[in-house]
Amino acid sequence: MSHHIVQADNLNYTYPDGTIGINNISFKITHGESVALVGANGAGKSTLLLHLNGCLISTQGEISIGDYPLNKKNIKAVRRSVGMVFQNPDDQLFMPTVFDDVAFGPINLGLPENQVEQRVTHALETVGATHLINRPPYKLSGGEKRAVAIATILACSPDILVMDEPSSNLDPLSRRRLIKLLKSFEHTKIIATHDLDMALDVCQRTIVLHKGKITADGPTISIFNDEELLARSGLEKPLGMQECPICKKNNPKNQILFYNKKPR
Amino acid sequence: MHMADALLSPAVGGTMWAATAGLIVYCSKKVREDLDEKKIPLMGVIGAFIFAAQMINFTIPATGSSGHLGGAMILAILLGPYAAFLTMASVLTVQALFFADGGLLALGCNIVNMGFFPCFICYPLIYKTIVKGRLTPKWITTGAIISAIIGLQLGAFSVVLETFFSGISALPFSHFLLLMQPIHLAIGIVEGLTTAAVVIFIWKSRPEILQPSISVVQGPGPDQEYSIKKVFIGFAAAAIIVGCGLSWFASAHPDGLEWAISKTTGMEELGAPQKNLYSSLTAIQEKTAFLPDYGFKTTKENPITDTKKAWPAVDSGTSVSGLVGGLLTLCLAIFIGFIIKRKKTGQTA
Amino acid sequence: MNTIEKNLFDIRYMDTLASKNTSLHRLDPRAKLITTLMFIAMVVSLGKYEISRMIPFIIYPMVMIISAELPFLYLLKKMILVAPFAILIGIFNPLMDTTPLVHLGSVSITGGWISFFSIMMRFSLTVSAALILISMTGFNGVCMALEKMGVPQPFVVQLMFLYRYLFVLIEEGAKMLRARSLRSFDSKGLGFKYFISLLGQLLLQTLDRAQRIHLAMCCRGFDGHIPINRPMKFGYKEIRFVLIWSFIFILTRSYNLPVKIGEIIAGIL
Repeated sequence: MSHHIVQADNLNYTYPDGTIGINNISFKITHGESVALVGANGAGKSTLLLHLNGCLISTQGEISIGDYPLNKKNIKAVRRSVGMVFQNPDDQLFMPTVFDDVAFGPINLGLPENQVEQRVTHALETVGATHLINRPPYKLSGGEKRAVAIATILACSPDILVMDEPSSNLDPLSRRRLIKLLKSFEHTKIIATHDLDMALDVCQRTIVLHKGKITADGPTISIFNDEELLARSGLEKPLGMQECPICKKNNPKNQILFYNKKPR
Repeated sequence: MHMADALLSPAVGGTMWAATAGLIVYCSKKVREDLDEKKIPLMGVIGAFIFAAQMINFTIPATGSSGHLGGAMILAILLGPYAAFLTMASVLTVQALFFADGGLLALGCNIVNMGFFPCFICYPLIYKTIVKGRLTPKWITTGAIISAIIGLQLGAFSVVLETFFSGISALPFSHFLLLMQPIHLAIGIVEGLTTAAVVIFIWKSRPEILQPSISVVQGPGPDQEYSIKKVFIGFAAAAIIVGCGLSWFASAHPDGLEWAISKTTGMEELGAPQKNLYSSLTAIQEKTAFLPDYGFKTTKENPITDTKKAWPAVDSGTSVSGLVGGLLTLCLAIFIGFIIKRKKTGQTA
Repeated sequence: MNTIEKNLFDIRYMDTLASKNTSLHRLDPRAKLITTLMFIAMVVSLGKYEISRMIPFIIYPMVMIISAELPFLYLLKKMILVAPFAILIGIFNPLMDTTPLVHLGSVSITGGWISFFSIMMRFSLTVSAALILISMTGFNGVCMALEKMGVPQPFVVQLMFLYRYLFVLIEEGAKMLRARSLRSFDSKGLGFKYFISLLGQLLLQTLDRAQRIHLAMCCRGFDGHIPINRPMKFGYKEIRFVLIWSFIFILTRSYNLPVKIGEIIAGIL
């Protein structure tokens, strides 16, 4: 259980050209938690995510996954337990067919052939993309690419899922499907997003970043109700919590009592 | 300057294939030894970039034509010679397969002409020597332009040689040379300018990308020197193979090369059509005699006097029956195709 | 701008052709690759005046096009597109080589014209063979075949990566071009200066992308090795395919079939 914990202590990262990526970040995310990472463009969300599995190594402070601090030595073990879904599926799907791509991780884990196949089928079933198995990635639609990108990660059976803008560029239906899928996962989830409505649906906890610093960390609903905080961080109330511009009725989501009910 | 299969003899095409295969094996080994696994996706994506880049063009003032980036030099500068060669080879393979730019047999020639010369001659010997780690616009431009021009000149010359030794085109060596070299001088200047401008753009906006290659340029350690030497040995081996092929050709027809050289020096001879015709005929005959159709016979007996006799060896004697038969064969082939088609549609229906 | 997208479309289309399911598509790519190379070598090894010997070779592309259900007109169009180079070099033959070689009554045909036609025939045969190979095997199939046949892995991986990102980068390039042409009124803005920053931007994006892909690979346990091994079966069907076609090629290569047929006809008459 304990190795599902993600803990950051005074994390700092400065890019080689002197730009400050993140500044003094500390948090602790425990097993099964689902955390949204929100903030304006350039707030440091992606930089922070890249630290979670050692793609970037902090210039100061440390991050630990489970009981171990992340360093060069255990980077492989960490990458096994942290699965990262990139913002652009084209960066993630580099093999000639969907099967090859989903199998890439399991093969690198050294699994025998039959287990690789099992994992691939299972991962594709989970995201509902079994029919795409022999297609080349460049022939997939945006929604299909995203689903397969998630499957490539699931096939490595990580404990922690890290996602960068999973709902960007999706049509409403694909987005709804994705939200449903994310909700069904029992993994620890860390999701960087601008889609605050999705954050509201999927994550109980939200961390707000602004200019590389954490400006708030708490229950999603209370953070999204703090308009002053949101404005300060370059954000705005999720549409689902705003007054309907046509019927001028207040959305029920504004009241915590109704929170757990799905809109519509 | 993609060579086409149609102008190539199997001996020349095969030799160049062998040379290319050797170079690919060698470069693959080098890239693997390099252990920079970052290069694996980088090479692939940059290869794709070359494709996209070749489709973006600009208008050349006052000529009405447009230019674009060729690629090999910029690959060599960004990736180093080994990875650049593999990348260029892959680009040419895709072009051969999808766009029929050059053929499969000519692929070897094309990879040598457009990959080997820029990556293993111009980049290490010219570009690096000129730039010597002085990454300033002046030196980058000088280095890129000169190496691009020389690279294209070598490539064009190689195209002429390959065509000449294949003997399918009747275009005399010198004429073809005079056609190819000036065109590729112009192309080389454009290529050099674009390469230089892109490298300078990268150097200005993201100097760290060029940094690793700077360090290589600054300190060409003994290792580096050695490896280039090895490439040369590899190429020398390939050259010996080519040379053997050539000498085989030359020994059978000692006049071929001589003729070409005399032609190159004496363009005025065009005024003497009779002589010109005769000599070109001779040369053609010599070249055709090289083809395997003649069993690669090393017929040393005076090819010139044999010229007239040699013709019937070709189809002319049996020309009428050949023509009739040819038409019939064509009909037969179409008939077979028709039957297969009928059968197929019958199956699916 | 037009051509860039047309090229992309072309590749996509040929890829679609390769995903058909005929008995030829199902053959092991190695069999098709070997046969194609053999075909090209045989055609090219013919002398430059030997048109009649070349004719029977038409049977191969024709049978392939029909049995693999490939669109003949499309392949023809592709061939014509690249024809100019062969024509450019070949057209000198009739000018340079003017010995009459064949006499048909009062008309004599020069060696130059014959060799010109032979160049054009070689050209159509070899080019069609290559196009047919790719449209009934697919690029990845060819890559797998190369890998199995001992081509070094780094090169095969390179081919596969190149092919994968071709689509992405051509689309990116096309977007940039469109953006440029929409704002370059009266062909201003098509000059060298803008060209370079366009190209430079594309290159920087490409480098960034390469970095992201590498990260994505590392996140899934990449250690310098790309698993591209795929089970392939070179079975009875493949052996039969290669043998039958090799037999036909060698037969047509070593016997002048049309002349033989012509002689028989002449004998009967």
